[in-house]
Amino acid sequence: MSAICLYFQIHQPFRLKRYRFFDIGNDHYYYDDFANEEIISKIAQHAYLPANELLLQMINDSNKKFKVAFSITGTAIEQFQQYVPEFIDSMKKLADTGCVEFVSETYSHSLASLTDEEEFRQQVEQHDKLIYELFGQKPKVFKNTEFVYNDEIAAQISAMGFKAVLTEGAKHILGWKSPNYVYSSAGAPKMKLLFRNSKLTDDIAMRFSDSSWHEYPLTADKYMAWIADCPKEEQIVNIALNYETLGENHPRATGIFDFFKALPRFAEQKGIEFWTPSEAVSKLKAVDVISVTHPISGADEARDVSAWLGNDLQNEAFHKLYSVAERVHLCSDRRLKQDWLYLQSSDHFFYMSTKHFSDGAAHAMFSPYESPYQAFTNYMNVLADFIVRVEEQYPLSIENEELNALLTTIKNQESEIEMLNKELRVLRTTIEQNENNAAEAKAAEKPAAKKPTTTRKTATKRTTTKKTDK
Amino acid sequence: MKALMFGWEFPPHILGGLGTASYGLTKGMAENGNMEITFVIPKPHGDEDKSFANIIGACNTPIAWREADWDYVKSRIGNVMDPQLYFDLRSHIYADFNYMSVNDLGCIEFSGRYPDNLLEEINNYSIVAGVIARTVDFDIIHSHDWLTYPAGIHAKQVSGKPLVIHVHATDFDRSRGNVNPTVYGIERDGMLNADHIITVSNLTRRTVIEKYGIDPAKVTTVHNAVEPLREELKHLDVPKMKEKVVTFLGRITMQKGPEYFVEAAAKVLQKVHNVRFVMAGSGDMMEKMIDLAAQKDISDRFHFPGFQKGKQVYEMLKASDVYIMPSVSEPFGISPLEAMQMGVPSIISKQSGCAEILNHVIKTDFWDIDAMADAIYSIITYPAMYKQLHEEGLTEVDGIQWKKAGKKVIDIYNQLLNR
Repeated sequence: MSAICLYFQIHQPFRLKRYRFFDIGNDHYYYDDFANEEIISKIAQHAYLPANELLLQMINDSNKKFKVAFSITGTAIEQFQQYVPEFIDSMKKLADTGCVEFVSETYSHSLASLTDEEEFRQQVEQHDKLIYELFGQKPKVFKNTEFVYNDEIAAQISAMGFKAVLTEGAKHILGWKSPNYVYSSAGAPKMKLLFRNSKLTDDIAMRFSDSSWHEYPLTADKYMAWIADCPKEEQIVNIALNYETLGENHPRATGIFDFFKALPRFAEQKGIEFWTPSEAVSKLKAVDVISVTHPISGADEARDVSAWLGNDLQNEAFHKLYSVAERVHLCSDRRLKQDWLYLQSSDHFFYMSTKHFSDGAAHAMFSPYESPYQAFTNYMNVLADFIVRVEEQYPLSIENEELNALLTTIKNQESEIEMLNKELRVLRTTIEQNENNAAEAKAAEKPAAKKPTTTRKTATKRTTTKKTDK
Repeated sequence: MKALMFGWEFPPHILGGLGTASYGLTKGMAENGNMEITFVIPKPHGDEDKSFANIIGACNTPIAWREADWDYVKSRIGNVMDPQLYFDLRSHIYADFNYMSVNDLGCIEFSGRYPDNLLEEINNYSIVAGVIARTVDFDIIHSHDWLTYPAGIHAKQVSGKPLVIHVHATDFDRSRGNVNPTVYGIERDGMLNADHIITVSNLTRRTVIEKYGIDPAKVTTVHNAVEPLREELKHLDVPKMKEKVVTFLGRITMQKGPEYFVEAAAKVLQKVHNVRFVMAGSGDMMEKMIDLAAQKDISDRFHFPGFQKGKQVYEMLKASDVYIMPSVSEPFGISPLEAMQMGVPSIISKQSGCAEILNHVIKTDFWDIDAMADAIYSIITYPAMYKQLHEEGLTEVDGIQWKKAGKKVIDIYNQLLNR
C-alpha cells in the first residue's frame, strides 16, 4: 500500500421554514433563517473551525507531506459567508499551503445529475466558479452529491472536462474487486474512477466512538496498521468523510482530534504517503474498466438512490420540481434562480424518506421535521408557491417550444433594434460633422449664410420620414 | 390458564369503544391457545359470540334462593344460560339478599347500559360477582374499566386470586379535568387493590401514575388493536363524490374536539373549493357546532348527517378522502384504525393514544388548526400524499392484531402467577 487520499465533504442545505398552504401566493420567503444560522454556527464552533486549525497544524508539522481534499457545496459557502465568515478566511489560509485540493460538486448538493443534464452542468460550473473566486483553484476531480454515479453521469462529467470521479465502492458493483485501485469508467473510457473504501471510512465515521465495537478504541497506530496490511500491489485508499465527523458527530471528548493528529506520524512510520486526488490520478494507471448501469450512492445499506427517491412522496416532489426546470432556465429573475438552487438540495428529499420507520435512524436524526409526511407537505407548499412565481414570469398555457420561439424573436428584434440604433448614431454623427464642417466653412466666409444650412437640415429630416413610411 | 373477566359491554350490543376492545382482546387471547375465559356481563342477549369465552349474565345469576325446577329455568333463561350453571351458582349463594328486589329466579335486574342509577347497578354487579367467584374455577381475575373494578375486588377477596384491572379510560379523559369524586374514588380503589394495571396507551399510563398516584412498576401499557375487516365491507360499493370529502366520525362532545375541525375546515375553504366536510355523530355540542359553521359562513360545505351505525359507518368512510380525529384527550381511539382499514388517510391529534403506535398517519396537536388545515390541504391536493398514506396505512393497520395484544396480557398473567 502506497498512499491515502483523504476527502472531507462540507454541506449545509437551506432548511425551509414552516410554510402553510395559505402562504402560497402570499409569502415568497421560504427559509428558516434562525435554524440555519444556529446549526451552522454550532457545527462551525464544534467542528469546522477547530478541525481547520488542526489540519493546518498537521500540514505544517509534517512539512507539507500531509494532504487533503475538500468538496464544499455552494449552499454551505453561502451560509458561511452569511453567518460564519471567519471560516472562509480559515479555509483560504488552509488552501494557501498548497496541500489542499478542492473537488468539484453540484452547487446545491442536488440530484440534477439523475434527471436534467443541462441543470447538472450549470450547477457544476457555478460551483467551480465560486471555488475559483474564493480559493483560486479550478477543480479537476469530480465528486457527485452523495457519490451518486452511473455510466450516463460519467459521460456527462467527462464532457465537462474532468479527469476523474470519486464514487462509492459499493459491494454490488465491485464484487470481488478491491476499491483500492484506480479504474476507468465504461461510460467515459478516458476518465478514471476512484472508489471510496466504505469499511475504512465507516470505521472512523460510524464506529470511532462506539464502545460496543470489538475494535474500540480505535487508535491511529491501529488504523494505519490496517492500511499497511492491505496487499502490497494495491495502490490507494480513498477515505471520504463528512467534515462534521471531527468534533460534531464524534465530540472532542472522544479523542477524534488526537486521532487525526497522530495519523501522519504513523503513516510515515509505515511508509504511507498522503496524496491529493489529482496526484493519485496522474500517478496511477487504471487497472480495469467498471460499468455501472443503475445509479449507486453512498447512502443507506442499499447504496442506491432509494434514500431520496424511494417512495411516492419523494418521486412526486422530485418530478414536480424538475417539471419547471426548462422554464426556470428561461427566466432571468435572480431571486427565482436562487430559490431554484436551494429547493434542489437533496436533503429535502431525504427528509421525506419513510425508511426510518423500519431501519436507518439516520433519516430521522437529521430531519428538522417530525415525520416524512410533514416534510412532504411543507416542501410541496413551498414548491407550489415557487411554481406560481415561475408561471407569473411565463404562463404555463404557452408551450415550451412556442415560448422559445417567441423569446428568440424578442431577442432577435432586440439585437436588430440595437443594430439600427447603432447605425442611426453613426449617421447622426456624420450629419453633425458635415453640418459643423459646413458651418465652419460658412462662418469663415460670411456670417449671413446661415439660412441655407437650416433648409438643408429639414430636407434630410424629410427624407428619413419618407424612408420609414415605405 | 383460566381467567375470570368482568366487563360491561359485549358485541353486538355495544354503546361505545369499551365493548369492541374487550371483545377483541378476549378473542385475541383465545387465539394464543390454552386459555379458558369466563366473561361476565350485566345483561346478555343470547346473540353474543360464545366461541372463545363462556358468557355469564349477572342478571341471570341468583343471589337469593328460589325453588325452581330444570324445565322452568330452561324456559326462562335457557337461551342465555345453561340451567345446570344456574343450579351451580344457586348453591354458592353466600349471604341472605332477600331484602333486595329480586325476580322469581332470585336474580337482580340489570339494564346493561349507563342508567341514572349507575352506581347502584355497579354495586349490585359486585354482589353478583361474589356468587360467581365462589362457583367458577379460575386462576386470575381481569376487570375491564371502572364499572367492574368493585366486582373484581370482591372476587379477589373471595378467592385470593390476583386481580388485573384494564384501564380503557379514566374520568380525566371523559371530563377534561372536572372529575367526579365518586367515580375517581372507585377508580383509585380499583387501582390500589389491583395486582397489576393494564392501560391502553402510555398517555393513560401517565394519567394513572400521576393523577392517581400509582406505583409505575405495576402499570403496563398494552395498546389496543383492531379486528380484521369483514369481507363484505371490503368491497362496499359507494358512489364516488366529485368533490373531496373530509370526515369526522364520533360523538360530538367536548372530548372529541369538534370545534377545531370546524375551524380547520374554514381555513381550508378559504383556499380550495372542491371539498366538503362531514361531521357524523351526535352529542351535546352538535347544535353549537352547527352555529359555529354558520358563523364561519361555511354551512353550504359543512354537513351534519347525524348518528351513523353499523354498515353506514363503513359506507361513510369509503366515500371519504380524509378522516380526522382532533380529540382533546383520547385514551386510545380505535376509529382511525378502522378508517385506515378502509384505506382512508387519517389525521389524528397527538393527544390520542393510538398516535403512539401509528406511523402512517398525520399527527398534529388538537389545538393546532393551522397544522390540521395544512394536512387536509396536502392530502386532497397532492396525489402522492394520498397514495402513500392510503397504501402504507393499509399495510400498517394489518400488522396491528389483537392476537399480539392478547399475548402481552397473557405474559402479564404468567408473571403474576410466577409461571
